[in-house]
Amino acid sequence: MKEMKSQTLQAQEGRNAGFGTALSRVDGAAKVTGQAKYAAEFTRPDLLFGVVYTARIAKGKIKRIDTSRALAMDGVVDVLTHENSPRVTHFDLKLKDMSAPTVGHPFRALDSDDILYPGQPIALVVAETLEIARAAARLVDVDYEWQDFETDLKRATPFVPKVPGVGERKPKSRGKAEAAFASSPVQITGDYHLMPEHHNPMELFASTVFCEDDGRLTIYDKTQGVKNSHCYICNAMGFKRAKVRVLSPFVGGAFGSALRPQYQLWLAALAAKKLERSVRVVMTRQEMFGHGYRPECYNRIQLGADDQGHLKAIINSAVTGTSSYENYTESIVSWGGMLYQCDNAKLDYQIARVDTATPCNMRAPGGATGTNMFEIAMDELAYASNVDPLELRLRNYAERHQLKDRDYTSKALRDCYQRGARKFGWEKRSPEPRSMREGHELIGWGMATGVWDAMMAPTSVRATLHADGSLEVGTATADIGPGTYTMMTQIASDATGIPVERITAKLGDSDLPFAPVEGGSATAASAGTAVQKACHALMKQVLEQANQLENSPLSGARMEDVDLVGGRIQLSENPAQGMSFSEVFTAAGLDSLEAKKFGRPRMTRKARNTHSAVFVEVRVDEEVGMARVTRVVNAVAAGRIINPKTARSQIIGGVVFGIGMALEEESLADHRIGRWMNHNLAEYHVPVNADVPDIDVIFVEEEDHEASPIGVKGVGEIGVCGTAAAIANALFHATGKRLRDLPITIDKLVTD
Amino acid sequence: MSTINTTINGKSEAIQDVDPSTPLLWVLRDHLGLVGTKYGCGIAQCGACTVHIDGSPVRSCSTPVSAAQGKSVTTIEGLAVNVGALTAVQQAWVEHDVPQCGYCQAGQIMSATALLKANPNPSDADIDAAMSGNFCRCGTYPRIRAAIHSAAKAQRGEKA
Ligand code: FES
Ligand code: FES
Repeated sequence: MKEMKSQTLQAQEGRNAGFGTALSRVDGAAKVTGQAKYAAEFTRPDLLFGVVYTARIAKGKIKRIDTSRALAMDGVVDVLTHENSPRVTHFDLKLKDMSAPTVGHPFRALDSDDILYPGQPIALVVAETLEIARAAARLVDVDYEWQDFETDLKRATPFVPKVPGVGERKPKSRGKAEAAFASSPVQITGDYHLMPEHHNPMELFASTVFCEDDGRLTIYDKTQGVKNSHCYICNAMGFKRAKVRVLSPFVGGAFGSALRPQYQLWLAALAAKKLERSVRVVMTRQEMFGHGYRPECYNRIQLGADDQGHLKAIINSAVTGTSSYENYTESIVSWGGMLYQCDNAKLDYQIARVDTATPCNMRAPGGATGTNMFEIAMDELAYASNVDPLELRLRNYAERHQLKDRDYTSKALRDCYQRGARKFGWEKRSPEPRSMREGHELIGWGMATGVWDAMMAPTSVRATLHADGSLEVGTATADIGPGTYTMMTQIASDATGIPVERITAKLGDSDLPFAPVEGGSATAASAGTAVQKACHALMKQVLEQANQLENSPLSGARMEDVDLVGGRIQLSENPAQGMSFSEVFTAAGLDSLEAKKFGRPRMTRKARNTHSAVFVEVRVDEEVGMARVTRVVNAVAAGRIINPKTARSQIIGGVVFGIGMALEEESLADHRIGRWMNHNLAEYHVPVNADVPDIDVIFVEEEDHEASPIGVKGVGEIGVCGTAAAIANALFHATGKRLRDLPITIDKLVTD
Repeated sequence: MSTINTTINGKSEAIQDVDPSTPLLWVLRDHLGLVGTKYGCGIAQCGACTVHIDGSPVRSCSTPVSAAQGKSVTTIEGLAVNVGALTAVQQAWVEHDVPQCGYCQAGQIMSATALLKANPNPSDADIDAAMSGNFCRCGTYPRIRAAIHSAAKAQRGEKA
């Protein structure tokens, strides 16, 4: 890994790796040579393998569970069920992980005979090999008592959640929307719908629990937050915190699905506790449909405007699904409610219980659903009022956050519109639907606005400088793919002048200083700020040490008098006068210096958001209804960009999620038996190479140190917001067909 | 149970006590500890498990280990001639910053390497056709295309 790292960096050596540098990721070589190891890939000779047995019914009780035939098989060590599993905590509060909904009873696997949802784990077969465990799992025999269930959101009963849960920004109405709508000369009403989506990260959920000789547990877990898994599993099972270490050096994608500890961690830990043996549990792709997902959503949007397209009224009410045992909520209606200048808005949000696992955050939870639906409605308004869709957004541009009635820390959305439109060539668009074609293909151009939060959460970083001049920065955050290792390295290099190849970033280890889960596009701002603070504090210590040396070339120098260049500290006025860090350490007789700092958000009453303008071209084969996205320009305003290379990758990744949402992704349930039907990668369609054109990403930089001390707003999720709408709007422009039901699959395009 | 004699990354291996129908993927990962090859679906859909048998790409999750009898298997760990070195494809992957989470990339690189062997100068359409069986949930596709073009140029001795 060490050699790999220096090799990646060779090509980049000598470059300034500060803010704004397009550094290739520091773990790139490890990831292209198969050296990066994920949670299921740590092993020991005495490891046992756990295979999950899931409920075959949607809801009910286990009347009888017979594991005798499985147990009789050679090599089977145990079969854990609710009848023989170790006791766990009685208190729900102890199971509220960092991302758990406020209201509800977190799921406990193998805790009772209740079956709450289809695909729920009800037994774990533990054996000497994976093959034996799999074979034995087929021999488990269960009698069920069926209970009435409902998996269809359309038939479930909506209610207003009393306590807002995760991510809820309370929808706040203003003015007199109904009256304003009634008197508006231009009105549109649309019923929008989004099918459930499953995250389907390429890596399967896995936990490997090693029982150490001294009674400690070392756990490799697929998680977006090692501290979250650590705290959760210790609380649940009564392990002493100091005796458990959770590691997650690489995560094969997660997109929100690993914000909450998933049941394989619970099962592996439960088995290790009972058997006092090391155990690994890996979910199958099918089993990964038995946990959180992006909930289905029904959303009615009514917009009233004057004949120039100025918004007079917004009426928006949405319902999303939650489970029978927790209140999972999202912000669906807030986005349209905040984005445009409009004095009258009525915003309602409800949830309804369906008998599935509790939904969970998926890339821009709520925002992806809410902005995309609202932006289709805005397109409808553009046609109804005969105003160009881009012009309509400009006419309704809001300088202040409409929901909170506050200023923004920054909002360069106007520039996003302008630069995106120019790059795309929007002015060449002919407004009429079905007016652009080439051969047998209809061409459509659509656009939409994207909006997401610029969040930041307290994070602690330790920076350690060694006598050889190498630097280590560490925090218990994750790198699920955005490039957190790289971002930390780069900010450390920026703050210390130490070249990137001399810096090691550490994360994914619960022994490191505190970091929250990696989510909400908040990690770059949060961990980045803390890295910078810790490095600055460390450099101050170095200077203090240097100040105190006899005949110091830096005696009396203050931080503002010196430059940090290539591992040296030197006077700005006379660069020849200075010392290398190693010289300071040798002269002062030090082995290392350390600084630990907490990064916190700045206090401000202003709203912090990222924005984007997305422009899309689609081509539709009229006869077969096949739609392709052929061009995307996404102009993003997200504060300062630390690394344009990795940030661009994040936006592209978000756009690809948007393509999936618009055209492909849907989890289909058979509501008669209450089970997902397409729970595999053959039938759950995700975008592949041929579905994704080259994507143009423009960063409109904002100078904004109120959003976060380092001016960063985050780019992990904004790419999804608006993209699906821009595609749906382009499809309308191409075909003249307004489709409000996502994903827009071929069948919907060909039927009249 | 039987013994499978095969060559893995240039080294002959006699794999003992294995059911000949065991998927090659599990032999690589669990018996030989070559975990660079990934498991994504188990049904030949996602391409994460792609390896080469005698130079041709196969989905090792759906290939019995018996198919490797007497043949030569190459995995991501054995692509470069020297440990620690990178092939032109791997080099292009790093330069274009293709990987994000990295999980699908072993499969992507094995497929891309096989494509370039069969077609040293692929068009975008050739790439889409050859690579669309390799899913990437992080959405690295545009960079995969760009990196394949760069690697193709490098392999032809042209400047990237
Ligand atoms: S794991 Fe073999 S193709 Fe998906
Ligand atoms: S890089 Fe994450 S799945 Fe491809």
